[in-house]
Amino acid sequence: MAEAAAHDDHDHKPYHGWVRWVYSTNHKDIGTLYLIFAIFAGIVGGALSVVIRMELQEPGIQIFTGLAQMVYGVNGDAAIDGGKSMYNAFGTAHALIMIFFMVMPALIGGFANWMVPIMIGAPDMAFPRMNNISFWLLPPAFILLITSAFMPSAPGAYGVGGGWTLYPPLSTSGQPGPAMDLAILSIHIAGASSILGAINFITTIFNMRAPGMTLHKMPLFAWSVLVTAFLLLLSLPVLAGGITMLLTDRNFGTAFFAPDNGGDPLLFQHLFWFFGHPEVYILILPGFGIISHIVSTFSKKPVFGYLGMAYAMVAIGAVGFIVWAHHMYTTGLSLDTQRYFVFATMVIAVPTGVKIFSWIATMWGGSISFKTPMLWALGFIFLFTVGGVTGVQLANAGLDRSLHDTYFVIAHFHYVLSLGAVFAIFAGWYYWFPKMTGYMYSPVIANTHFWVTFVGVNLIFFPQHFLGLAGMPRRTIDYPDAFAGWNMVSSYGSYISAVGVVIFLYGVFEAFQKKRVAGANPWGEGATTLEWQLPSPPPFHQWEQLPKIK
Amino acid sequence: MMRAMRKFPTSAKLMATAAAATAFFAGASAHAAQPQPWEMSFQPAATDMMRQIEWFGNYTMWFVVPITVLVLALLAWCIFRFRASVNPVPSKTSHNTLIEIIWTVGPVVVLLFIAIPSFQLLTAQYTPPEEAKLTVKATGNQWNWDYEYQIENTLSFNSAILQDADRAAIGKEDRKVYPRLLAVDNELVVPVNTMTRVLVTATDVIHSFAMPAFGIKMDAVPGRTNETWFKAEKEGLYYGQCSQLCGKDHAFMPIAIRVVSDAQYKTWLAAAKADLPGANKALMAEVDGTNKVAAAGN
Repeated sequence: MAEAAAHDDHDHKPYHGWVRWVYSTNHKDIGTLYLIFAIFAGIVGGALSVVIRMELQEPGIQIFTGLAQMVYGVNGDAAIDGGKSMYNAFGTAHALIMIFFMVMPALIGGFANWMVPIMIGAPDMAFPRMNNISFWLLPPAFILLITSAFMPSAPGAYGVGGGWTLYPPLSTSGQPGPAMDLAILSIHIAGASSILGAINFITTIFNMRAPGMTLHKMPLFAWSVLVTAFLLLLSLPVLAGGITMLLTDRNFGTAFFAPDNGGDPLLFQHLFWFFGHPEVYILILPGFGIISHIVSTFSKKPVFGYLGMAYAMVAIGAVGFIVWAHHMYTTGLSLDTQRYFVFATMVIAVPTGVKIFSWIATMWGGSISFKTPMLWALGFIFLFTVGGVTGVQLANAGLDRSLHDTYFVIAHFHYVLSLGAVFAIFAGWYYWFPKMTGYMYSPVIANTHFWVTFVGVNLIFFPQHFLGLAGMPRRTIDYPDAFAGWNMVSSYGSYISAVGVVIFLYGVFEAFQKKRVAGANPWGEGATTLEWQLPSPPPFHQWEQLPKIK
Repeated sequence: MMRAMRKFPTSAKLMATAAAATAFFAGASAHAAQPQPWEMSFQPAATDMMRQIEWFGNYTMWFVVPITVLVLALLAWCIFRFRASVNPVPSKTSHNTLIEIIWTVGPVVVLLFIAIPSFQLLTAQYTPPEEAKLTVKATGNQWNWDYEYQIENTLSFNSAILQDADRAAIGKEDRKVYPRLLAVDNELVVPVNTMTRVLVTATDVIHSFAMPAFGIKMDAVPGRTNETWFKAEKEGLYYGQCSQLCGKDHAFMPIAIRVVSDAQYKTWLAAAKADLPGANKALMAEVDGTNKVAAAGN
């Protein structure tokens, strides 16, 4: 280990210009690349959602006909039809970008790459060159996805419009054009990137902990990344298999999912959700880790029930693999199958409850300071609880009968992801930004960002519960006039959140412009993990002398 | 389901609330089986099954809302009681086995309370109380539905979204009764209080046959025939929408079911086989007539 690290230790600025970044094998540089990539993809994915909300602000079709005219150069009915398909393509791209190109790169590629080696006292990741390829697979994957948006799919339509779930036959015979093939390749490459990353994290965490750091002393963020890496490693190959079968169904005459030749469309749904359900835990588990650190730091207390917290994540990860068909209650599953999935899904609420209560117990008796990261963490805990309890409601197949594929589901998963995972990302950003850059941001701008976002996202998603209860289906470009009221509120929330993103970007710019020196540990005695023992920013290679953990 | 209700004393109160809500929305419009502006809850139930779903949904709220309020209250307490200015010296407590056991077992108990009626509801949905008296096959196409009555000399017809240009010709100009995006050219007509089985399938991509007021939603999967059932209790015109993304016009393939009296159904059925538009018009005229009489009676 020491030998491998010694290789370019002589020079702390190893390469100049672009070579440093493109050839990088340094976990911090690669982490930075991931974070920049995630911010960029997040802006693209967020912009797509704002256009969707603009369209849904009022009944009728306002935006997409004109967009289709501009982009595709068609008029009349062709523009209306093109616009309808474009709406579906926007929704699909929003989901795929946010999942594969924003949340995962930010949490796993960004924060985990940056912090896990430092936290466990390792000089770098186990496989630095593989780390490089993990990142550099992402831009081509993203380019493939963006390219697919301009390729024909169904007749008169461009871009993948089948939803991120890619259900056949809509994704096979329903959209014969090359758009879907490019999107499948994009997901393949993004998936390969994640699998390589997962292997890297598992190897790093199992083999490169500093002397004395047993698994049961390891910081919870490292635990969360370890569990996440296993979920990635076990679930992504199943997705890869499923979408390869889509590809061969589309191009090579197989009929895995084609009923007219003996296939079954539901087979794909089982394969997809065997990946898809662990995937939602992949998105949220690293956030759990970040929140634990922040709550502990700003309460000036050790995490309450550390072992319970670590094994709750293991339990969530394990049970996450046996609940997939709760996404399929309305597909015609047998009564007994539904009974099993109701039961298994409910079980997940128990370890999740343990985490929520342990965060509160960590704060209990603490000496809490409400710095920006703590605001985001508090927002996370409450909003994630809201998303969690609606999840318990949806777990009941009998009730899901009425809620499935309505806006209630959209509200639920945005409460756990958009208000859960994304709040965790911003919490982590404001927690580690001084460490990563050496500069302190303006707390005023950062807190404004929090409050604007908090108001905005709740305005978007809380009314969507009502729309779902009243029966508004998901993924529709237009809706019956009765749904207009809450949709308008939801759209205004979206614009407020967009303002929040602008404030965020300005805050980053301002921090780099003002160059307020943050110091090694801006958070004080509560920040006990190893990254706070290093200078900010940390040296190009850290822990040349491995830290000893008592 | 009635079983489920008897076991839970709170159900009576909840049912009363639901009934009050139903009455409120019914008062707002004679055709209440469609979404209403600023609606915050389920559409009023038109079947016993939907009432059970509504009851169970409300029942879960008795757990979900207190849990959320509890978390919020605990957070608020921490914020006010344990802020640095009030509590400068943090405690070092990081373990308490008893409380950890409590917050593991507590949720398990809550989940059991939810699970028992949940399993009863689920079982009820798959245990029709009686044999179906009428079977209708609903076939989803991009982007309309085919309905086929499984009776002697089958009756089948297509049901697509109502085009504005056709409103006048088929007498559906009242946009309150025949709303944009919900109204269709030919409704599925079924007799009231009749056990109806729906066989659901599709020809091209996956669609989903959903009727919120009936508490049913069943995916229409090519190559499979799924089955669901309902027993509508109130005459009226009910609206639903395709509930699985099916391409360009997913937003534009509504489902409309007209529930009529047994006699009206029989008259309509006899006429529909020869002349569907004529039968529909005659039925509409008769239903409107009954409505007006009922309104006058009020």
